[in-house]
Amino acid sequence: MNTATKSLDELIGREYRHGFYTLLETDTVPPGLNEDIIRLISAKKNEPDFMLEWRLKAYRHWLTMKEPEWANVHHPAINYQDIVYYSAPKSDKSGPRSLDDVDPELLRTYERLGIPLKEQAMLAGVAVDAVFDSVSVATTFREKLAELGIVFCPFSEAVQNHPDLVRQYLGSVVPHTDNFYAALNAAVFSDGSFCYIPPGVRCPMELSTYFRINAKNTGQFERTLIIADKDAYVSYLEGCTAPMRDENQLHAAVVELVALEGARIKYATVQNWYPGDKEGKGGIYNFVTKRGDCRGANSHISWTQVETGSAITWKYPSVILRGDNAIGEFYSVALTNHYQQADTGTKMIHLGRNTRSTVISKGISAGRGQNTYRGQIKVLTGAEGARNYTQCDSLLLGSHCGAHTFPYIEVKNPTAKVEHEASTSRIGEDQLFYCTQRGIAPEDAVSMIVSGFCKEVFKELPMEFAVEAQKLLGVSLEGSTG
Amino acid sequence: MLLVKNLHASVNGKEILHGIDLHVRAGEVHAIMGPNGSGKSTLAQVLAGREGYQVTQGSVTYLDHDLLAMPPEARAREGVFLAFQYPVEIPGVSIALFLKTSLNAIRRERGLPEVDAMDFLGLVRERMKRLGMDEAFLTRAVNQGFSGGEKKRNEVLQLAVLEPLLAILDETDSGLDIDALKTVADGVNAMRGPERAIVVVTHYQRLLDYIVPDYVHVLSQGRIVKSGGPELARELELHGYGWVEAKNGARQVA
Repeated sequence: MNTATKSLDELIGREYRHGFYTLLETDTVPPGLNEDIIRLISAKKNEPDFMLEWRLKAYRHWLTMKEPEWANVHHPAINYQDIVYYSAPKSDKSGPRSLDDVDPELLRTYERLGIPLKEQAMLAGVAVDAVFDSVSVATTFREKLAELGIVFCPFSEAVQNHPDLVRQYLGSVVPHTDNFYAALNAAVFSDGSFCYIPPGVRCPMELSTYFRINAKNTGQFERTLIIADKDAYVSYLEGCTAPMRDENQLHAAVVELVALEGARIKYATVQNWYPGDKEGKGGIYNFVTKRGDCRGANSHISWTQVETGSAITWKYPSVILRGDNAIGEFYSVALTNHYQQADTGTKMIHLGRNTRSTVISKGISAGRGQNTYRGQIKVLTGAEGARNYTQCDSLLLGSHCGAHTFPYIEVKNPTAKVEHEASTSRIGEDQLFYCTQRGIAPEDAVSMIVSGFCKEVFKELPMEFAVEAQKLLGVSLEGSTG
Repeated sequence: MLLVKNLHASVNGKEILHGIDLHVRAGEVHAIMGPNGSGKSTLAQVLAGREGYQVTQGSVTYLDHDLLAMPPEARAREGVFLAFQYPVEIPGVSIALFLKTSLNAIRRERGLPEVDAMDFLGLVRERMKRLGMDEAFLTRAVNQGFSGGEKKRNEVLQLAVLEPLLAILDETDSGLDIDALKTVADGVNAMRGPERAIVVVTHYQRLLDYIVPDYVHVLSQGRIVKSGGPELARELELHGYGWVEAKNGARQVA
């Protein structure tokens, strides 16, 4: 083995930094799934009847469905009866009202993850709705947002306080029949984030949620619903990390975005869940359905994701371009290392006239990682003058990893214009030598080259998160930065 | 400053250098000339520490260090600089970021404080002016889409900013028109000084009209077959490399 390959292998062979877990008393239901469990979850959350009915309908439909087999990922069969579907940290009955009420052990966990909740909120003007396992434990800046009429709260609270909004929009983008995991989520989801921006309001701060999976054998099924009313604007950030664990953990979230006329939603994800160890043992299965609906004319939805974690990622943030002149964007960096598998990409469904979509996907594979881009561009008959541009680049580090690209293009309107560009490159020994000859340490050189490769995506992230994402890539590749 | 003794090196098991001896003192400019395949670039790569070049015999001492025992980044931080014959592209990484990262890595090693963005810009602007370069250059990705001349100019800019003690220029003249050659040569000449040594590796004599060396060495088939003053370069120009090879009884290529 030559030294460059060796140093690359060493760099990418470091261990996950967030491997620890918090000892908390939890309120947990027995494992397994049946209608009683769903009734129990709904009752624990004191939900109105329409919610219970919706969950049961989804569950009954789920029973008729099969797991998708088309993805380019491999894992042992999941026994859905072994999973615990509800787990909440046990504090006082009414739940914490402020950060002071939050279990200090929990806050320490966040601190070790580098999420100083308070400071982050204060200094960066970020309101954080932190989800710990299944229940939101801390929400900041909500009062300030409330003055503008913005609702930003845990999903369970929205069900209590804004049932009409929930009823109107829940499942309107991702119906419970959509796919196997979305149906499962609809049946058992325990919490998540809810956000509503009223007409003409520009949300003055980045809204942010950190998800974290903690309890053993707990599948996490959170649900996020964001509605931007006419001419509203919101930028939403989601970041995730999980402690080290041997059992594989299932994560099947659903995110629904609704943009009405002239509204704009920016949704950014930084995902750093436990990817499994060097031998491919453990790690999160991240089977997520994310979809945005540009429901009104001139609406605009962009997804930006930086995916560095999870053993398996199955995720296709999509945009339905329903309104005329609507814009859909997808910017993605997906990194796979060791035995990680990622099958990710997007769907852009053009329905309205003069709708435009842009897809920029950057896949980085290291170790024995397998990285698949799967993208669908669909232009339906009514989409006069629709445009799509897709650029799909893969970067390989070492010789045991793989990059795969599956573009699906379906055009039913002759005026549409769809472009697809793809490239695959390797971090060359000559690039590394060029950097080291200038005194730059090999691990810094790898970070710099990878960051350069991802530049087009990073510039879509809010400044402080771009820095974070860059660090995260560094950490995921060599564990020494930050 | 640099003492090369009986250096043998191979690439892919094939010996390219068959025993090189070379002594370079601070303040001197040496030219290494020779025909294609004589081992000039191999010597430059071995000194910079490129992997895949195995040293099978001999030693290289640089400022009391065993140079061959050091990884490439340590050599660079101790002041060894290689201007590449074929500089590689690094997409998405701006020259400014690359050069600042490099400069600070070197400064840290020397116990100097890191330069901040403002000081760095000041320094780089001044050096760029000297080389007749446009400031917009700084925001371009390293070598991406550069013309041959721009790539070489970028190498000389790095040389000017990093201020190494030993600069090795590998075919820095190749692919340059006469104006670019002059600019590059001026940039290199500005770096000449009592504390710095420069080794110019070139096939052609024309660069040496502008960068006048103190010593010229002719490399042929992995050996230095002749050394002399700057006049040697001109003799080579007149008679070609065959003249030296025949004169010194070097093995004939079949």
